[in-house]
Amino acid sequence: MLSIDRSIVDAIVAHARRDHPDEACGVVAGPAGSDTPTRHIPLENAARSTTFYLIDSMEHLRVWREMDDRDEEPVVIYHSHTATEAYPSRTDISLAGEPGAHYLLVSTREPDTEEIRSFRIVDGVVTEEPVRIVDAAVDPHAVQSYKFGQSPTAVDYECSGA
Amino acid sequence: MAIEVRIPTILRSYTGGAKVVEGAGDTLGELLTDLDSRHGGLKGRLVTEAGALHRFVNVYVNDEDVRFLGALDAKLNDGDSITILPAVAGGAFGFAAAAAIGSHKLSTVVESGHPVPDVAR
Repeated sequence: MLSIDRSIVDAIVAHARRDHPDEACGVVAGPAGSDTPTRHIPLENAARSTTFYLIDSMEHLRVWREMDDRDEEPVVIYHSHTATEAYPSRTDISLAGEPGAHYLLVSTREPDTEEIRSFRIVDGVVTEEPVRIVDAAVDPHAVQSYKFGQSPTAVDYECSGA
Repeated sequence: MAIEVRIPTILRSYTGGAKVVEGAGDTLGELLTDLDSRHGGLKGRLVTEAGALHRFVNVYVNDEDVRFLGALDAKLNDGDSITILPAVAGGAFGFAAAAAIGSHKLSTVVESGHPVPDVAR
């Protein structure tokens, strides 16, 4: 099961809506071993495509190294499908490279409602899991959501109320 | 000459769980061949049968993407640090494109289709 704070889910959905009809992608980092997503990092879809996402290799290195330095890991890797259901495609399954991560998919095909589902993808096997959205499990001001490059001391709390 | 190589989670089954291994070589290609002699199967996850770096694997020499340094021909020096990361990619995609990617896919496990040579066990 994926437990994730509502403010982070709201920020992910806002990101997906913002980039629609292109696919949006990002990660939510959390302390290594905690299985708790705490730091939302929206990433740029370098493919700028309605049917594909790809994180630029240099942004990838910077973000992953930053997580390493902070003793974090990518607890959630998310992306949107903008015309189809929130279920991993064959491409998603083929390219899933983080066996420890929750793969969160958001479908923005309906203008008013979002479909949000989570999966484990290990060795080509997809396992859906429940998503538990937690209200105020953490102080909303402790939930950090910022573009890479902003320092944690200069955070825009764009996730709260987004 | 020792070169440090950081191994991503998904490939640690080839290194006995080790996050960092050491190898030697004057180029990235030589380094991967050297690593494969001790961690059988690792190279096959990074290099295609045609002998090119897999499209959806990112390899860095220190802070640079090896694709800008000559890919498998990238020159290495003692003390360099290599980082391997499986690309973060996917998407709804079309059938033809998905099939094309299928031949490059990272998650194909060597053991699934082909007998593993004894030397690699």
